[in-house]
Amino acid sequence: MKDYHDPATSRPIWASGLILAVLAAVCTALVAYTNRYAAPLIAANEQKYLERSLQPVIAGIPYTGKLSESTIVIDTPHALPGREPVTVYRVFSDDGPVAALFVVTAMDGYSGPIRLLIGIDFRGHLTRVRVLQHRETPGLGDAIDSTRSDWIDQFDGASLESPPRDEWAIRRDGGQFDQLTGASITPRAVVKAIKATLVYFEVHREAVFAPPVTGTTNDNER
Amino acid sequence: MSADNGILQTLRTGLWDDNPGLVQLLGLCPLLAVTTSFVNGLGLGIATLAVMALSNTLISATRRWIRREIRIPMYVLIIASLVTCIELLFKAWFPDLDRSLGIFIPLIVTNCTIVARAEVFASRNPVAASLADGVAMGAGFAALLCAVGLFREFVGQGTLFARLDMLLGGEPMPGIVLADGGFLLAILPPGAFLSLALAVAAKNYLDLRRRRSDQADLRHSERPRSREDGA
Repeated sequence: MKDYHDPATSRPIWASGLILAVLAAVCTALVAYTNRYAAPLIAANEQKYLERSLQPVIAGIPYTGKLSESTIVIDTPHALPGREPVTVYRVFSDDGPVAALFVVTAMDGYSGPIRLLIGIDFRGHLTRVRVLQHRETPGLGDAIDSTRSDWIDQFDGASLESPPRDEWAIRRDGGQFDQLTGASITPRAVVKAIKATLVYFEVHREAVFAPPVTGTTNDNER
Repeated sequence: MSADNGILQTLRTGLWDDNPGLVQLLGLCPLLAVTTSFVNGLGLGIATLAVMALSNTLISATRRWIRREIRIPMYVLIIASLVTCIELLFKAWFPDLDRSLGIFIPLIVTNCTIVARAEVFASRNPVAASLADGVAMGAGFAALLCAVGLFREFVGQGTLFARLDMLLGGEPMPGIVLADGGFLLAILPPGAFLSLALAVAAKNYLDLRRRRSDQADLRHSERPRSREDGA
């Protein structure tokens, strides 16, 4: 059987394959080379971004090193909110553990999961809570976002003692926390997730701060 | 449109006469999606311009090996690799801007203007002309992105040139704040369609007006000549 020839160039079809293969190799090399240049810069950027997004939650408590320096991942199944493994950023000072920053997911938001960054100091008091990601209704549920309203600030300093454990709910449910006008599912989900995280911390505090204390840098997250 | 029209004519074609967004109405998805602010539009504009210039150059440089039956896979390979490189560089150099543009940087690969220029121009013209064509078309697209971004940011947010630090680095820049808040519709998706429609209408209006005045000039200058002809 005769080779297929391009009528215009009368070159056989295998030559086309060869051209494509060579081009593919050249293009791959181009991408690989760019990646080799960019990868360290990208890693540094991500580290910086992570550090910057963790910063508000530590609320000015002194610490040493970097916030993202010592992370652990709590695998499923766990008692924390969400169905995914939970990353915990552990913060230390020279005197020992200072705080733990949990990235948890409240699964029962009004429209989809709400990712929360919850800072808890060593005594079990919240340092600060921030919403990392949500799809709540603009103008109603999105007030949980610190850029939209200061609703989330009411959790600063709260613990399982104040308000008492059974008052960890929004007002409408007989609790201590403000709800949002026109939205109760969203704040309910957030309060529930924060409470669950505090309870988890209370029970597992030793394990959360257990060694290895340093050197387990994990910058694959976020 | 051929290679010997000169750089100026090429630029004019890309920026105005045959603007990819305004006239060819290509690449509208990223155009509508990212132009919520000037800096977003500028960022995607730069990325698209870079990809277009480089892809036109590369395709023109390799055009003697391009064969009809494999030309589309070749374009796809070249364009996809270039977009990946640009994406990596954006992540390395402008991380905040990359985060703000999100998926639309990798999606430059689907911008049909790029493959259209490869097919119509770069695969049949010398390298220099193809580079000029890529730059012109990219600049035309980028200019439209910037204009729509500027307009939507101004109407929707009451600011101009906010967050230019995402491109330039340094501390967050608030830009020129003209009003506290704005008409939210402009930032939302319908605002994108309305803004683009206004831009297309404005271009057509300007063209129409110019054509009318050209015709008027022509009539004036033709009358004496026709008399001469008749004489």
